Amino acid sequence: MSRKLIIDPVSKIEGHGKVVVQMDDNNQVTDAKLHVVEFRGFEKFIQGHPYWEAPMLLQRICGICFVSHHLCGAKALDDMVGVGYSTATPMLPTPEKVRRLGHYMQQLQSHVTAYFYCIVPDMLFGMDAAPEQRNVVGLVEADPELVKRVVALRKWGQEGIKSVLGKRMHGINSVPGGVNQNLSQAARDRLVNGAEGLISLEQVLEYAQDGLKIFKDFHAKNRAEVDAFAEVPALNMCLVNEQGNVDYYHGNMRIIDKDKNIVEELDYHDYLDYFSEATEEWSYMKFPFLKARGREAGSVRVGPLARVNVTKAYEDNCPLANAALQEFHDYTKGKANDMTLHTNWARAIEILHSAEQIKVLLNDADLQKDELIITPASNAWTGEGVGVVEAPRGTLLHHYRADKEGNITFANLVVATTQNNTVMNRTVRAVADSYLGGKAQAEITEGLMNAIEVGIRAYDPCLSCATHAMGQMPLVVTVLGADGKMIDEKIR
Amino acid sequence: MTVKITIDGQSINAQAGDAIVDVAAENGVYIPTLCYVKGKPCLGTCRTCSVKVNGRVMSACTIPVTEGMEIDVNGAEITDMRKALVELLFAEGNHNCPSCEKSGRCELQATGYEVDMMVSRFPYRFTPRVVDHASATVWLERDRCIFCQRCVEFIRDKETNQKIFSIKGRGTHARIEINPTLANKMSAEQVREASDLCPVGCIIDKTQGFNDPIGKRKFEIKSIRARVLDTAAKNMTANQANSLNREHP
Ligand code: SF4
Ligand code: SF4
Ligand code: FES
Repeated sequence: MSRKLIIDPVSKIEGHGKVVVQMDDNNQVTDAKLHVVEFRGFEKFIQGHPYWEAPMLLQRICGICFVSHHLCGAKALDDMVGVGYSTATPMLPTPEKVRRLGHYMQQLQSHVTAYFYCIVPDMLFGMDAAPEQRNVVGLVEADPELVKRVVALRKWGQEGIKSVLGKRMHGINSVPGGVNQNLSQAARDRLVNGAEGLISLEQVLEYAQDGLKIFKDFHAKNRAEVDAFAEVPALNMCLVNEQGNVDYYHGNMRIIDKDKNIVEELDYHDYLDYFSEATEEWSYMKFPFLKARGREAGSVRVGPLARVNVTKAYEDNCPLANAALQEFHDYTKGKANDMTLHTNWARAIEILHSAEQIKVLLNDADLQKDELIITPASNAWTGEGVGVVEAPRGTLLHHYRADKEGNITFANLVVATTQNNTVMNRTVRAVADSYLGGKAQAEITEGLMNAIEVGIRAYDPCLSCATHAMGQMPLVVTVLGADGKMIDEKIR
Repeated sequence: MTVKITIDGQSINAQAGDAIVDVAAENGVYIPTLCYVKGKPCLGTCRTCSVKVNGRVMSACTIPVTEGMEIDVNGAEITDMRKALVELLFAEGNHNCPSCEKSGRCELQATGYEVDMMVSRFPYRFTPRVVDHASATVWLERDRCIFCQRCVEFIRDKETNQKIFSIKGRGTHARIEINPTLANKMSAEQVREASDLCPVGCIIDKTQGFNDPIGKRKFEIKSIRARVLDTAAKNMTANQANSLNREHP
């Protein structure tokens, strides 16, 4: 008799998800599916609007990584009007650096939120801890000093976003061919020196190291569990610069295998030539994969773990992040790291890396210069554009087409969570397997429910990119028999 | 000639012939407007400026003050009526402020804030309206037109004084049209003028988008109410000086 486990909805991730685990008569997990109800209406309702509205409207998809959507769209518009990397007219230094600064600010902000608010409680209290404790509220009680630092760090990130994009959320600074404002000296000084209620850049760099310390402590105490938790294979992909290291704003898409051999490296404009998307009737979210390798072998992982796997070294001016990266690489002896929970290690490294990159940019006088935009002649208009950036959760792609008048006729978005779809499903399956595989009585324990959440949360997925639940959401776990009848159910 | 009126019970001396909306502003009372442009002929199309005059609802931009008028601007009923009118404008078009180029500079949006509108009490109509690209320099984002007719009356061909914009169709089929031949003759300044004059984000200058950073846009720097009242206060001082001159030549 085969059985099905349903966990619905998954808490503390963006949006809403539901998990179904399929068991066979021999008590083996045969399949695990993460069902996703993803809202894709945005691509439709931008149609018919002036092209320059696309990055403004489409960033509304997400309340967390809106800067990535905004910049990704802005890059696609650069393509359209004929400015930027893929054209003969390069972007001016000031706008590019302003955009990059906004992007690092958001990465810092987003990673800090995901890491400390959602992931650290799991580490500090353990997966079996009561849900009431395993959240940021529990953290406030356990370590108020840490929470103060985290809140200050987030606030600083938000201030940074506001200084660059005009608003803490859904700001606008990128326009086709550039930006509409630089970073004023006053705003720059405020971020560097701090102010009433705002920490300084030095404090940011100090606090940014907390995450890594917490991970290392946790790892030292729970090495076996952490390493064995859902080790799932996948290729790793991210944007890389000419040295082959991650570039969150621009580069080629590089895909590596377990031995870190380059499997493919492509100009992201050719994405569709290399990737195909599988669909399943049980999920609204597609499953992209490398055509040449097929659905199973060609699925990629994106996001922090993928990026630190691909990157050999960070820029020389990022000593803290570089040291952390080295240690990370040494741990797997130069092989790509497939351990799901090490994504949190990677995320902690990236918090440091963004903080160090921000420091470099805040000390770059180009950010206060006034040459903000290039407006190419109208014959440079191409009417089609692709933008790709490394969003906090991974590689994000926007592709637009417009008619000759400039209204959008087509928009397609491939978000990081979609890229990670297959590997997330593998993670869920691995977790289910370790808890249920071979057991005659497939009992849904609190521990299993938590572990599935923890596994999914490592990807910090943005499931509907619409709703966000902090803390507890109702969690329903159902076991169904082969006949579809419910055998067991747990609700919390 | 000076006339005596009251606004919300307060006695006011005003110049006969001045529009209620101006007199009110000069005395520190803000009345929202959307079609009215000070110094230009009244259009009277939007009714956002509705007030009660001796108990009857009238548009404050079209009615001159006369002796003994009792004007109710901020009574609960008329305040809510104006709010309803603004809500209707939102319900009739398709307004998506977050991605609108005019956001922060839009008089409709600013007025929405002034009348405390949170959401429309009327069902949104989702009127299908097609964007017009016929002109080389102007985008007509028809979703946002409120049919104020400012562009129709005040933006004209420099040579022939012909209208460049017009409203075609009636009722729910009404739509703003542009004459592409005349539009293509517009100078860059005139395109800017038209797009600034349009109270909403319907007339868009194709050469510029989102050029004003957030936080530095017109009504973000200073609210529409403060702008109206400050301008009126300045006029008031100038007028007083004038009337003194008139009385003592
Ligand atoms: S025209 Fe004004 S009210 Fe309408 S969407 Fe644009 S900003 Fe909003
Ligand atoms: S286009 Fe603008 S100015 Fe012209 S009628 Fe419509 S809202 Fe008024
Ligand atoms: S402002 Fe008076 S009718 Fe429009």
